[in-house]
Amino acid sequence: MSHILNSMGIAAVAVSALLSTSPASASEEVNLYSYRQPFLIEPLLKSFTEDTGIKVNVVFAKKGMLEKIQAAGSNNPADAVLTVDIGRLYGLKQAGVFEPVKSDVLEANIPAHLRDPEGLWFGLTQRSRIVLASKDRVKPGELTSYEDLADPKFRGRICVRSGKHSYNIALIASMIAHHGEGEAKAWLEGVKANLARKPQGNDRAQAKAIYEGVCDVAIANTYYMGKMQTNEKKPEQKQWAESVRVTFLNQGASDRGAHMNVSGAGVLKGAKHKAYAIKLVEWLSGDKAQKIYAEDNFEYPANPKIAVSDIVKSWGDFKADTLSMEAIATRREAATKLVDEVNFNEGPTS
Amino acid sequence: MRTPSFRGRPFRNFDALHMTTSIMPVSSASRRLPRLRFNLWSAGALIIALAVAAPIFTVLGLAFTDTSDIWTHLYNTVLGLYLERTITLMFGVGVGTLVIGTGTAWLVTMCRFPGSRIFEWALLLPLAVPAYVLAFVVTDQLEYAGTVQSTLRDMFGWTRPQDYWFPEIRSMGGAIVVMTLVLYPYVYLLARSAFLEQSVCVLEVSRTLGKTAWGSFTSVALPLGRPAIVVGVTLVLMEVINDFGTVDYFAVQTFTAGIFDVWLNMNSVGGAAQLSSVLLLVVLVLIVTERMARRDRKFHHTSNKYSKLPSYRLRGYKATLSFFACALPVLLGFIFPASVLSHYALSFYEETLSADFFSYVINSLTLSASAALLAVVVGLFLAYAVRLSEGPWIKIAARTASIGYAVPGAILAVGVLWPTGALDQSLSLIGGNFGIAVGSVMIGTIVPIVYGYLVRFLALAYGTSEASLGKITPNMDGAARTLGSNPSQTLKRVHFPLMRGSLMTAAILVFVDCMKELPLTIILRPFNFDTLATFVYQYASDELLEESALGALTIVGAGIIPVILLSVTIAKSRPGKL
Amino acid sequence: MSDLHLEAISHAFGDNQVLSSVSVNVGAGELVCLLGPSGCGKTTLLRLAAGLEPLQKGQIKINEVLVADGTNSNQMPPEQRGAGLMFQDFALFPHLNVRDNITFGIDAKNKNRRAEWLDHALTSMGLVGYADAYPHTLSGGQQQRVALVRALAPDPRILLLDEPFSGLDVARRAQIRTETLRLVKQTGVATLMVTHDPEEAMFMADRILVMNEGRVVQDGTPVELYSSPKNAFVTEFFGPVNKIQSTVHNSKVETPVGIFDADGQKNGTQVDVLVRPEGFRLANADEKPHAMPGDNLGNTSVVLAVVNSRPLGRSSYVAFKLSTGQVIETRVPGLLLPALGSEMSVSVNAHQVHVFASTIIIKAR
Repeated sequence: MSHILNSMGIAAVAVSALLSTSPASASEEVNLYSYRQPFLIEPLLKSFTEDTGIKVNVVFAKKGMLEKIQAAGSNNPADAVLTVDIGRLYGLKQAGVFEPVKSDVLEANIPAHLRDPEGLWFGLTQRSRIVLASKDRVKPGELTSYEDLADPKFRGRICVRSGKHSYNIALIASMIAHHGEGEAKAWLEGVKANLARKPQGNDRAQAKAIYEGVCDVAIANTYYMGKMQTNEKKPEQKQWAESVRVTFLNQGASDRGAHMNVSGAGVLKGAKHKAYAIKLVEWLSGDKAQKIYAEDNFEYPANPKIAVSDIVKSWGDFKADTLSMEAIATRREAATKLVDEVNFNEGPTS
Repeated sequence: MRTPSFRGRPFRNFDALHMTTSIMPVSSASRRLPRLRFNLWSAGALIIALAVAAPIFTVLGLAFTDTSDIWTHLYNTVLGLYLERTITLMFGVGVGTLVIGTGTAWLVTMCRFPGSRIFEWALLLPLAVPAYVLAFVVTDQLEYAGTVQSTLRDMFGWTRPQDYWFPEIRSMGGAIVVMTLVLYPYVYLLARSAFLEQSVCVLEVSRTLGKTAWGSFTSVALPLGRPAIVVGVTLVLMEVINDFGTVDYFAVQTFTAGIFDVWLNMNSVGGAAQLSSVLLLVVLVLIVTERMARRDRKFHHTSNKYSKLPSYRLRGYKATLSFFACALPVLLGFIFPASVLSHYALSFYEETLSADFFSYVINSLTLSASAALLAVVVGLFLAYAVRLSEGPWIKIAARTASIGYAVPGAILAVGVLWPTGALDQSLSLIGGNFGIAVGSVMIGTIVPIVYGYLVRFLALAYGTSEASLGKITPNMDGAARTLGSNPSQTLKRVHFPLMRGSLMTAAILVFVDCMKELPLTIILRPFNFDTLATFVYQYASDELLEESALGALTIVGAGIIPVILLSVTIAKSRPGKL
Repeated sequence: MSDLHLEAISHAFGDNQVLSSVSVNVGAGELVCLLGPSGCGKTTLLRLAAGLEPLQKGQIKINEVLVADGTNSNQMPPEQRGAGLMFQDFALFPHLNVRDNITFGIDAKNKNRRAEWLDHALTSMGLVGYADAYPHTLSGGQQQRVALVRALAPDPRILLLDEPFSGLDVARRAQIRTETLRLVKQTGVATLMVTHDPEEAMFMADRILVMNEGRVVQDGTPVELYSSPKNAFVTEFFGPVNKIQSTVHNSKVETPVGIFDADGQKNGTQVDVLVRPEGFRLANADEKPHAMPGDNLGNTSVVLAVVNSRPLGRSSYVAFKLSTGQVIETRVPGLLLPALGSEMSVSVNAHQVHVFASTIIIKAR
């Protein structure tokens, strides 16, 4: 028995020694939960710390954040949340964990349609879900709208990532918002029939597939194109980018414009470092951060004062769908059910 | 081969013709009226079991919070598909691991052929490779732009994908192959232990009855090794059920994929918990059915004599076949990923080798070692308390506590969050009364992770302790007790020395598993905290395998030594060699 | 010196009633045997005495101290009772050598006190050279001795032996039995032994309790049980018997092998006349069989035809056919192998005839 107690004692000591990793309350730091990947936002956060002297502690996860916040209750250590798309943002708002923020800086930097009217969340960047079309095999003008994707002339020519991925869910949600569920379902069935292979991989893998000749049309987010075009470490990605053409859809005079999504942030209720959290979000909406977003991440900055990077500019201007983020977020559940009904992820049945 | 000396002793309780397992009179705990008597062991076991089971109960509880009817939707759409896929996956991996694990275990334990000594420990090496790493490597190498296909195209002059047929990697087949390669070591491990523990008499009798090596295998070793092998396959199947990362990567839509879909896209934690609970139920049914099938049959050793196991010397084509049968899993499951990773690591190590990298290593090692120690201690305590108890309650409590294995990692993490959060809030309240600002004791520290690991991996430790204790006849306890040793002293002086090997095995298994663990770690970790696994995953999941190769290699490397230790421990476990 | 009292012990496992109000007393220095077929509850009784099973009904006293009462769940645990138990499978600790096994129950402060006894025990059991050996290298007989010495080493208050010799081959048994008996008697500890072998019980015990289906059938000295069995069960337990059916007339029973006392059975009762094979005396057909010391042959003998005869070593088996067609089996000392079909003169020692009312045996379960 004694040795068991000994072992437990050792374990207890070891554990308590490591308990000291918990950050203290009153100091120059802010605790951030992030859905965005570290290598994307670390440069931003480092710059913030340089500018303000406030240290940023991050936990990155793709799921479970909301539950973590709720379970901790009043002991919640996090001050702010950074997300990659509207789905998470909206979910957090619905769960009532965001603190309304009144900030002149934020109101000046972020256009009204890109932030929550009550100041619960703030969009920081925009991205569009576009089509990458094979330069060789797809003529310019052959594909002009999302609805075209269901056209039988594209049978066996489309590549896309999993229908259940939140970027696609958002796109399908916008289709539901514009056309209603019935038509959206028919459209989705049409796209499924046009798939060249079972949905797999990430957005860049679809471009790769076009380059390899597996398919002719891919659906992807804009910033991935930028990443591929400038990838020095993996020059083959440049070749993928070379083989495709960026195509913004629904650009017609009376058409609605390209589907947009936002990445954003919000301050949590009961934040122990509320002031710093607000400062962080304000900084992220400011010139310096927005420039980094634009130049390093190839995103469309929410702040209208900041220009897009040259590469992004080279893709051309485009009309953006002004459908509210809220409209998209509320239809996500319906969208995911559609994916099930159509069994999109099974791929083409032929 | 040395002629055994039976010394004219009769085979007690051994029916050579029917090969029934020896039925020793069981200490009739199972037949008695359940009465819960209070004593330290029972009370302690109940408390600990409840503490470990709390996250599982949380998940079950969450299942009741969802009022929307997801089941109708699922039933009408994808439920059938999910079930079909999940069952296919389970079947494929189950059969694969059973065949590879049991077959190779038999070959290296009972036969001698070139390389068999090396394969004894080499066959365990794939344990050190995380499933997602193997998945990434396999896809990376076998997809269109990968080495294999490129080489083929060069060789045969093909230029376009339409020119030739190559199996689709991201498919059910790919998932089955990868998971089989990664998981077969569990079955191998347990089968080998079982085979090593057989007393010679049993095997030699089968030989005198004219059985060849194959015959001995099927009619003697397999039945006797059955409990251990079944435990191994059960562990494998549970891993398959709750895996999300690999099936997601291979685009295989399983039931677990559905769980995450309901959680994240339909924003229903309750719904996800419902699905998880159903999964749990299915697993429980499986386990209960299996146990009922071998109820009342105990597998104590009848003979106390152990000598060197007779080995069948293989020659000719049999030897070659055996060699390749053992070489293939090692090659595909370890050498292949290790070499690819090494290649990448060499090219990219400058980026990854930073101060941060060493902190990842420390974090991984600390977490894994703590969890391994804790799991083994708790597992032993529970198993012993079950042994001491009279009614079925303690056993039920212990079994419930070890079901965490069957819950998908991320859902289990949610289950962990609530008890730890509640504890934090209670402590704050109490501290508030005394004017102490307690702050966050659990959330925001590594405690939830270690707790989560314990809940997830207790099955390994408890199961190992339970099986190991089961091999010690209750009369041993009786002897020690009548000689003046109380239960605690008996545990220390009799059981623990006899179980050392198994406990070591359990600790190593938990350690290696924790090093690879992902979903619990990602969700439960405190700020600025990365392990090797999370570091590898965040790059590899964005198909940036090269950057994470060094990290992946470190995980594999950290697993090799424990794995070899494991093999040595098992080989030494025959009594008389203590 | 301590003694053991088991009073009105009843025990059930679920629906299975294993013991029904069994009482056993073992005096200081006495060796009592529980004899009976397997499954009759003997081992359970032993385990209850040791404290390895919780007592459901009855009382257990060791040296006048109440260690367990069925009405009270607070029963003295085994490690405090001082009841040495030797298991049927020996249960030697495989990870300890012989010396460590034997001294397992001796705590540090008693070491010196017991050292002398230990030396003596090891020597008398022939274990001296094996002190460093491990159990799995020992023969069955050696393991048994180690188990016995281990049980005795801590100077227990009572000793419990569970079928101590059943695991040994027959040739060794006799010798080991003698040694065991000698050591136990030398130690002088009250001993309760369980066996299913009647010859063993007779050899070792001061008193025997014959048990069947959870009850004590008869309690007495070996002679009492052998010569004055209470019923057919006890009679048959000490060896196979010839069963001849008859009816009581005038307080006597008439059988093809002789007329015997009705042993208290009423006239008209259907009876089984049980005659032990070793109770027959044989002679050539034209002679009268000789009586052995203590015999009561009466004056009758019958002439019967031999149907079988086999040598058994120190005795011979000769079977005869009665006029009724029934075959009776006899066992005579030495080598006697009459030819098949030959006739012999047969007499019966009335002391080895037992008469009981015929019973229709209905299995209780």
